[in-house]
Amino acid sequence: MSKIEKAALGEPAVAAPSDSDDAFLSVRDLRIHFNTDDGLVKSVDGVSFDVKRGRTLGIVGESGSGKSVTSLGVMGLHRSANAKVSGEVWLDGQELVGADPDDVRRLRGRKMAMIFQDPLSAMHPYYTVGQQIIEAYRVHHKVSKKEARKRAVEMLDRVGIPEPDKRVDGYPHEFSGGMRQRAMIAMALVNNPELLIADEPTTALDVTVQAQILDLIRDLQKEFGSAVIMITHDLGVVAEMADDLLVMYAGRPVERGPAESVFSEPRHPYTWGLLGSMPRLDREETDRLIPIKGAPPSLINVPSGCAFNPRCPYADIPKDNVTRTVRPELTEVGSEHWAACHMDQEQRERIWTEEIAPKL
Amino acid sequence: MSDEKAVSIPKQAGSTLTEDSAGDGEVLLRVSGLKKHFPIRKGLLQRQTGAVRAVDGIDFEVRKGETLGVVGESGCGKSTMGRLITRLLEPTGGTVEFEGRDITHLGVGQMRPMRRDVQMIFQDPYSSLNPRHTIGTIVGAPFKLQGVQPEGGVKKEVQRLLSVVGLNPEHYNRYPHEFSGGQRQRIGIARALALNPKLVVADEPVSALDVSIQAQVVNLLDDLQEELGLTYVIIAHDLSVVRHVSDRIAVMYLGKIVELADRESLYTAPMHPYTKALMSAVPIPDPKRRGVKSERILLRGDVPSPIAPPSGCRFHTRCWKATEVCRTTEPPLLELKPGQRVACHHPENFQDQQPQDTVLLSVAKEAAELVADEVLAESAETSAAVAAVAAEVSEAAEAPVAEDASEAAAAEDDAEAPASEDVTDGDNK
Repeated sequence: MSKIEKAALGEPAVAAPSDSDDAFLSVRDLRIHFNTDDGLVKSVDGVSFDVKRGRTLGIVGESGSGKSVTSLGVMGLHRSANAKVSGEVWLDGQELVGADPDDVRRLRGRKMAMIFQDPLSAMHPYYTVGQQIIEAYRVHHKVSKKEARKRAVEMLDRVGIPEPDKRVDGYPHEFSGGMRQRAMIAMALVNNPELLIADEPTTALDVTVQAQILDLIRDLQKEFGSAVIMITHDLGVVAEMADDLLVMYAGRPVERGPAESVFSEPRHPYTWGLLGSMPRLDREETDRLIPIKGAPPSLINVPSGCAFNPRCPYADIPKDNVTRTVRPELTEVGSEHWAACHMDQEQRERIWTEEIAPKL
Repeated sequence: MSDEKAVSIPKQAGSTLTEDSAGDGEVLLRVSGLKKHFPIRKGLLQRQTGAVRAVDGIDFEVRKGETLGVVGESGCGKSTMGRLITRLLEPTGGTVEFEGRDITHLGVGQMRPMRRDVQMIFQDPYSSLNPRHTIGTIVGAPFKLQGVQPEGGVKKEVQRLLSVVGLNPEHYNRYPHEFSGGQRQRIGIARALALNPKLVVADEPVSALDVSIQAQVVNLLDDLQEELGLTYVIIAHDLSVVRHVSDRIAVMYLGKIVELADRESLYTAPMHPYTKALMSAVPIPDPKRRGVKSERILLRGDVPSPIAPPSGCRFHTRCWKATEVCRTTEPPLLELKPGQRVACHHPENFQDQQPQDTVLLSVAKEAAELVADEVLAESAETSAAVAAVAAEVSEAAEAPVAEDASEAAAAEDDAEAPASEDVTDGDNK
């Protein structure tokens, strides 16, 4: 395991924020910037959210919107040499951004664990699957190898790998894609983590296997009552899994709220765009998809004002060119539902119900 | 076809395909019994010890102007199929006919004139463009290779193509790394369109792209088809994208086509259990439907290895309706409804093809545990309705179907498993 350190740029935290007493994980104004030869990349630029035990937060956005960087930031997996991390990450009452890297390492794997997108590159090809799970277990538990092995077999069985006592000695390349993803889930869950971050856990898998894996994550969450963060670009997957939703664009949240209200009454043009871009099996066949024009911006030169303004069809509606000069903040648009847009709420409601929703 | 005005490529004198073949519904590409086995060699002498049966006997045709979608899980042979019909791979068996001409075993030289008519768009826009060539060279390459001199010169034509696919013609001298994924995919499309092909085979054209960009490229393919009268074979694993773009859809499983139907029938009333399972697995972007989990059919385990595919029906190891006949006899791809071909002994939404065979295999009983009762009941109902209609028809015509149904009624007594009763109930009530 590589030694990971953290830039202690965050203000020394004294006490947990009072408004998130019941939240298991609470992230406040997280910023992660990278120094590169081309300039400062603001991958994450002010993200706040809470996750409670037993709940699932879905983070959606296109590639480069900062979803994965956010999750790695929560796990404390950015190296100080390149990354500047600031803000606060509270995990069960403990602040992590300013914490000693050794302390964070003791939490990682035990209290919080991660499932990566590509299990083939996330697992070590030289060691058997069993060895890797055993290592993960023994790092946090003082047990004999034999006991740890028993635990590994038990976990493989739990995630639905057939003949776990044989497969435990298999190498990652001997597993199929779905089986590898299961093995990685077993590895992530071996210490019963209370926070599980799944970064595109099913993107590389076929739909039938995806359904199996999502089912598995859901069952395990029910069993262990963990808090889950589900990062994906697939709105279908989040709709299926998430209780709450965070939509990110260019390193910032543009909409946040309970999944049901974000899907039924989205209040940000980018969310409308995402919904319009995807063909849907549950609706009547549409003639044309409604794409978002242009491409996501470079994170070195994020457009001024609202980062979405060059691609937004409604950028000219608010007066005084405000979309291009002032960055909109998240404002409450419904119960627990927040969106960052300059348009009036009535205006957005009207556009959604009259123009967007009928075409979906 | 009205593509002459849209793309001004001079008549290709060298083309051997001079038959005038306009008109809808005409078959452009016909594939029969197509096979591709990749040999597995082992040992010092590299003796062949087995074969990966990537594509194992498929039949279909592509009609002029239509879009045929091909779906299936990874490893089902859909990409190999794409490479076979574009003749990037040499088929092991079967025939590929393009415009009535057998191109199965044409040599490289003989294939060259055909390459104008059949083009391919690749999945990965990062590896399918040579990083050391400019966009102008890449998109202009087909003209050079085919010795075609477009009106106004290659450069002008390339710039026109760039604007057709929505790129700035001034990007002529740029290199691929200067473009985003979506733009690169457009470059690949421009290259494929350069010689005004008749058939474009697109292998996962949008799966590497972000959702918003995906929609742009799907719309572009749509527009180009309308403008240039193209025929597409679109290979993809995303069922919602395939439904959006295709007129007809082929579902593949382990090197075989299990169902081939027009879009409407396939998505509203799939007949092969695999198609049904595949579609039920697609997550629906609507949190309100989350409670309705019963619709989902979970398949057990993974796709079996194509080195030693299961006997009989290849899906029988994961199917909840499998009976003895599925293990022993391979179901033929039959046109059960007009425009809907399916290879199954016990199809959904239709009367049973093997109603006398009712005892489920033990794997099927296990698989049925993962299928909600509602789904089983529903499929039994729909098959019952179809069977009833068929029985009426056959009573009038005194066809053997009615006998089959009564046989099934007798066979019901033999059925022991509750799941099997569910399935067979439908066929005789």
